[in-house]
Amino acid sequence: MASWQRFKREHQWRIRELLFTLCLMRRNPSAVAGLAIIAVMAAMALLAPWLAPCDPVRISLSERLSPPSSAHLFGTDELGRDILSRIMHGARISLRIGVMVVSIAGGLGTFLGAVSGYFGGRLDNFIMRCMDVVLSFPPLVLAMALAAALGPGLNNAVMAVAFVMIPKFARLVRGEALAVRQKPFISAARVSGAGDLWIVFHHVVPNCISSVIVLATLVLGDTILVASSLSFIGLGAQPPSPEWGAMISVGRKFLMDQWWYATFPGLFILTTVIGFNIFGDALRDILDPRIRR
Amino acid sequence: MSPVVEVRNVVKHFPVSRGFRGRGRKVLRAVDGVSFGVEKGETLGLVGESGCGKSTVGNLILGLLKPDGGRVLYRGEDLRALRGEERKRMRRNIQVVFQDPQSSLDPRMPIKKTVGYPLEVNGLAKGARAAERVEAMLEETGLRPEHMHRYPHELSGGQRQRIGIARALVVDPEFVVLDEPTSALDVSVQAQILNLLKNLQKRHGFSFLFVSHDLAVVRHASHRVAVMYLGRIVETASREDLFRNPLHPYTRALLAAVPRPGPKKPLGILGGDVPSPVNIPPGCRFHPRCPEAVEACSREEPAEVELGSGHGVSCRLYAPLQRRDMP
Amino acid sequence: MSEPLLSIENLSVRFFTYQGVVRALEGVSLHVEPGEVLGLVGETGCGKSVLARCVLRLVQDPPGRITGGRILFKGEDLLKASRKRLRQVRGNDISMIFQEPMTSLDPVFTVGNQMAEVVRLHQRVDRRTAAKICAGMLEQVRMPDPFAVLRKYPHELSGGMRQRVMIAMELSCNPALLVADEPTTALDVTVQAQVLAILDELTRKRGASVLFITHDLGVVAQLCNRATVMYAGRIVETAPVERLFDSPAHPYTKGLLEAVPTLEEDREELAAIPGMVPGLVEPPGGCRFHPRCGRVMPACSRRVPELFRVRPDHFVACHLYGAEA
Repeated sequence: MASWQRFKREHQWRIRELLFTLCLMRRNPSAVAGLAIIAVMAAMALLAPWLAPCDPVRISLSERLSPPSSAHLFGTDELGRDILSRIMHGARISLRIGVMVVSIAGGLGTFLGAVSGYFGGRLDNFIMRCMDVVLSFPPLVLAMALAAALGPGLNNAVMAVAFVMIPKFARLVRGEALAVRQKPFISAARVSGAGDLWIVFHHVVPNCISSVIVLATLVLGDTILVASSLSFIGLGAQPPSPEWGAMISVGRKFLMDQWWYATFPGLFILTTVIGFNIFGDALRDILDPRIRR
Repeated sequence: MSPVVEVRNVVKHFPVSRGFRGRGRKVLRAVDGVSFGVEKGETLGLVGESGCGKSTVGNLILGLLKPDGGRVLYRGEDLRALRGEERKRMRRNIQVVFQDPQSSLDPRMPIKKTVGYPLEVNGLAKGARAAERVEAMLEETGLRPEHMHRYPHELSGGQRQRIGIARALVVDPEFVVLDEPTSALDVSVQAQILNLLKNLQKRHGFSFLFVSHDLAVVRHASHRVAVMYLGRIVETASREDLFRNPLHPYTRALLAAVPRPGPKKPLGILGGDVPSPVNIPPGCRFHPRCPEAVEACSREEPAEVELGSGHGVSCRLYAPLQRRDMP
Repeated sequence: MSEPLLSIENLSVRFFTYQGVVRALEGVSLHVEPGEVLGLVGETGCGKSVLARCVLRLVQDPPGRITGGRILFKGEDLLKASRKRLRQVRGNDISMIFQEPMTSLDPVFTVGNQMAEVVRLHQRVDRRTAAKICAGMLEQVRMPDPFAVLRKYPHELSGGMRQRVMIAMELSCNPALLVADEPTTALDVTVQAQVLAILDELTRKRGASVLFITHDLGVVAQLCNRATVMYAGRIVETAPVERLFDSPAHPYTKGLLEAVPTLEEDREELAAIPGMVPGLVEPPGGCRFHPRCGRVMPACSRRVPELFRVRPDHFVACHLYGAEA
């Protein structure tokens, strides 16, 4: 149809770049491995309600703490709930937290960094010193403190972790903004009459996007780890939520005799975070304009 | 006839180092008292080597830099004195084309938006009307409508420079600063762009400030030429006068040093290096390298001498020739 | 006629990229006589820089690969030389200077340090003697106050001075051939005149040959004995310099000369060559200039024109000239 043709024509370059990127990805083993892991986790998260073998909250005291078997691939917990199903639903929670945190931190951090780098001067100083203050705390400790202050619950955990992640984006984008600011097309925009904020949104930010995407991938992995840690100490997800960290927190008590309870959620955290990390690293190389040529 | 754009005694200094307790403070005197005017439909060529300040003059006219002294006038009005909407409206009439076609376009913006946004941000046109104007502009600069959807890196250097020109002209300015518009282009493409600029000027009456280090290009493209050295203009003349009868020793040295595609001729060698605008020689700035320098040259900076038909030189050699009867 | 110092025969170079195979050089042949300055002119993408790098085997493989031809230096095929032999040749017999000397000079060492390194690679002298030798080299390139310059870092020198340092270093071992890749393009015109004069004087004194690559026709006219014009990876014309500017044969050469603004006369409009330089992934068939040529004939798109000798020492690759013309 005509509109599809027009779409193809208008976005010809974007499509070609996308295909080039995919081709580069295919050739990069880390990218493939990372992406595979992420894809599996995402599929698990999205399709959990249909794919999970059992209802994650169905209690069956007769089957409590049974080891992995054909009926329950990862065993059952102290209330007889199927661990595999709970893990699958837990993936939904973890990924949701990850996406929310990255969206909030990424959005705010990018804005702060872009404004900071573009305007410079006292505004830059002020914003960066604020970022420095946040960065001077170990991220996990700060997140815990904030979550404790805000109170238990998933949404509070999201805010706490997002706050802790903002400076990473801000710093990155500020550096890029400093470089972009010198380019002639920015001067040309000013001469054309564009306002400063317009330039920030339409020129500076789009030119930082690929770095932001790489950082977002890496931060997603970090977020899942931090969020799980918060749940582990009781600050994030609350029971009976099948969040992985919360599961480990309970399963810890049974670690000696019922190893499967804490081990499998732990393995999933490990794998997911590694997946995001290696994919993010590979993505950084793939998107690097110097290597692309 | 009042000039479209005029600069009067404009000065721009950049602090380089603050020194220690006020001593040893260094200042880069990029532009140190420059005056000229450009009439409607005229191209003034501004030539000089690196460090002479020609690009800084352009930036001062464009409003990207604030002058430390002197004034920049558009149609007789000092733009710094205006505020808000009126200033924006006046500023719109002065546009720019930069040197490097690669970095003067946003690599992430499609051409349609690059050429179209000046219309939007100035409230001149939106949506379909803007798209029409963009198409018309692209055609005028020798591009095809389908280029609208492309990105800069898909196009050649010459095409990108055409887009730069389209963007500058889309808001229908009166005055355009061309900052080395063809220096980064191949010879054959340069010729196309120079022809394009001439045609556009003839058709629409634009005034151009053509900043360049390439004397041959400036000769071809300008009506009048001003030669800069270390932040000041040393000679101004009509194109014919300057190239056929160069007066200032620096202008002569410049012309003698340009290799020409033709029979072999020994190049005139000017001794010494171009001094840094941080350490400007006392008196006449050119005296350390000047073959005609005398002792007086190191003491006093020569005033500009008007020699009729718009030919002005700043050199003591011509002081006695000052036409006192000129108005 | 004596044997040419450098003889490039049928050289072909391809670059293998994601977008396709870039045919950067195709069947290029030229020669440099002892003691002569050969200018290599062309626009972007004509392959002149690639050619220069091939002489010293500086083309990266991948993505570039020399797919055919020979490069004979004093009769020896450099393409077959071992790495050890190449190291001996580079710097000693063949030297190269580049457009931006900042990239050839290490910014963290002083100029004196780097020059002395070169000197002591070839002679066993102590540091003081080496410094004196270096100062002597700088004097040869008319550097004011050589000992002070030796103590400076590259970024403290102007572009013209850096280029003179490069020339001094590269000529220190008296190479027979100097390959200069756009050495004055980034310099101001008065500085360019100085550097060209130095190059001219030094190479003449030592009898060195120069392969001078540039896009500036004026520089070619003033500095070179002969000139070769390249277009899109092929040679289109070779002639002594006076001849080339006086009566160019190839339509592209003519077009170039008419498109360049000159200081001599006023032209209302420059005769621009229509179209653009073709991409080298799928270059036009036959003569690569034919889509832009004002005198194109049917044969031009079908057969690649061979270099035809229109006069002694004047060769053109164009179907307008040839056995059948």
